[in-house]
Amino acid sequence: MTASPTVIHAADLMKVYGKLRAVDGINFEVREGESFGLLGPNGAGKSTTMRMIGGTLIRDGGTLEVLGLDPDKDGPLIRANLGVVPQQDYLDEELRVAENLTMYGRYFGLPYSYLRPKVAELLEFAKLTDRAKANVEELSGGMKRRLVIARGLINDPRILLLDEPTTGLDPQARHIVWDQLYRLKERGVTLIVTTHFMDEAEQLCERLIVMDNGQIKAEGRPMALIREYSTPEVLELRFGVGRNEELLPQLEGIGERHELLADRLLLYVRDGDAALSEVARRGITPLTSLVRRSSLEDVFLRLTGRSLIE
Amino acid sequence: MSDLPLTRPLTRESMASAAIRRGVLFYAETWIRYIRVYALSLGLVAVVQPLLYLVAMGVGLGALVRGDVAGVSYLRFVAPAIMVSTMTAAAMGEFSYNITGGFLWNKGFFAPNQTPIQPRQIAGGVIVACCLRFTIQCLIFWAMMVAFGAVDSALSLLSVPISLLCALAFGLPLMAYTAQMKREHGQLNLVQRFIVMPLSLFSGTYFLLETMPGYLQWIGWVSPIWHATQLARVVCFGLVEPGWLIVTHVAYLVALALLGWVLAMRFFERRLRD
Ligand SMILES: Nc1ncnc2c1ncn2[C@@H]1O[C@H](COP(=O)(O)OP(=O)(O)O)[C@@H](O)[C@H]1O
Ligand SMILES: [Mg+2]
Repeated sequence: MTASPTVIHAADLMKVYGKLRAVDGINFEVREGESFGLLGPNGAGKSTTMRMIGGTLIRDGGTLEVLGLDPDKDGPLIRANLGVVPQQDYLDEELRVAENLTMYGRYFGLPYSYLRPKVAELLEFAKLTDRAKANVEELSGGMKRRLVIARGLINDPRILLLDEPTTGLDPQARHIVWDQLYRLKERGVTLIVTTHFMDEAEQLCERLIVMDNGQIKAEGRPMALIREYSTPEVLELRFGVGRNEELLPQLEGIGERHELLADRLLLYVRDGDAALSEVARRGITPLTSLVRRSSLEDVFLRLTGRSLIE
Repeated sequence: MSDLPLTRPLTRESMASAAIRRGVLFYAETWIRYIRVYALSLGLVAVVQPLLYLVAMGVGLGALVRGDVAGVSYLRFVAPAIMVSTMTAAAMGEFSYNITGGFLWNKGFFAPNQTPIQPRQIAGGVIVACCLRFTIQCLIFWAMMVAFGAVDSALSLLSVPISLLCALAFGLPLMAYTAQMKREHGQLNLVQRFIVMPLSLFSGTYFLLETMPGYLQWIGWVSPIWHATQLARVVCFGLVEPGWLIVTHVAYLVALALLGWVLAMRFFERRLRD
């Protein structure tokens, strides 16, 4: 098997705002056709990294190669290869839905004769054909997001940058967006996704980096990260306000580790049901209990001692 | 729609080079679309405003002004000046709140910024589209002046580029100022009241600058409106100005426009790369 070519290569990549190291010397590589994730809480430096890749933010240190080019020098050519779905939609509310795509296509020099059928195709893809003439403000959050993704595809990008593609969307709208992204992945588009949702990272990303405070805390496939940094299952117990800590000594020895959160206690165990029986055998009765699989949230908690979503 | 996948007519390299060469025009197209939305009201303003001014100032006020000013009737004297002032007011509109909007409100500059187009081309696109609008508006104004008998030479058509130059000499520095604003809490209103208003009041629009006391005349010298007004009078009715002064008028307007252009480019670049 030959590995796909590297499309992005970052070494010691750095961005500093005053004293704040927004991106603090990160290293990563993305291969063609891969779907690659940047997982981290708000302020981790995800958007800053994305903007440096697109060459709309000048880096302060390190090297960055996108398709073999330097974004600070060859911005226009790199962006001709990129689709960008920014965290804020940046849709033009003065233009109608279809016009948002057409005018964006013009910025790539694409002729109207090509854009007319292309925009129709993209609206179809985004399930927005019947909204072509609507004003942007009339769209729901999910529709806007789909439109922004469609806009990012106007130049048939090799790499699509998606900055928090489903933040702020309800579950149903999220699933429609995810479906849109699966279809792109099947077509071979390289996806780079930032998110602070562990389920989104697990769903969309084959490989990811976990970021916090501008640094990379871990890197790997979601399942491998979970295996490495967590146990197969988690037992969540709630004893009520202030009581979680009190009961901790009595749970000694159950599972490999624990995490004490504001509202609940997490026990990291191999077998959740067995652990729950052990809790009952010791005569401890929580208000509620839940056995679940480990997730990337647990990986993040293990690595940083904090939750992804505060 | 056919089932055949569409074939993009440009390679990625040619998309990039098209944007590098013609990005200004591509962005201007978007801006022209904005203008088109309110083209009707703009058109109406472009026709009605000169009409009102020419009637009120030329015919109304003109009746009060006994005799000639600078050797011509008051209508002929005041009409080119009003054209210049009108264009300056239009520039105040286009190059202030629209720029704030692009950066702070509807954030229209950020989507093109993600494409091969570059920040200075976005600024350039705004300028090109506005110049197009101003040129049309100037031509309408000039036609009204002809209709009112306020001008009668072909040379007077030069008042169109002169007004355009004034709009840029005034508008581009304003655009630069607006582009570096991180917030809008009324500064533009202050600019309007304390810079634009005084400049237009003391720019020799309704009377010659020389008729004002000396300690007020410097305002005219600072104001692009005065320089452009004098030039417009030279081409419209042959106002006699020494050659060196004509050169000064042109040089001052060009210098202001260039300064504004350079600063606006720099601030757009900074804003969209940070
Ligand atoms: N233009 C800026 N000026 C100053 N600080 C900034 C700027 N942009 C981002 N930051 C800071 O950099 C850090 C990383 O931001 P960002 O990349 O947006 O994080 P994320 O996308 O992971 O939420 C944050 O602490 C943020 O406040
Ligand atoms: Mg972000």
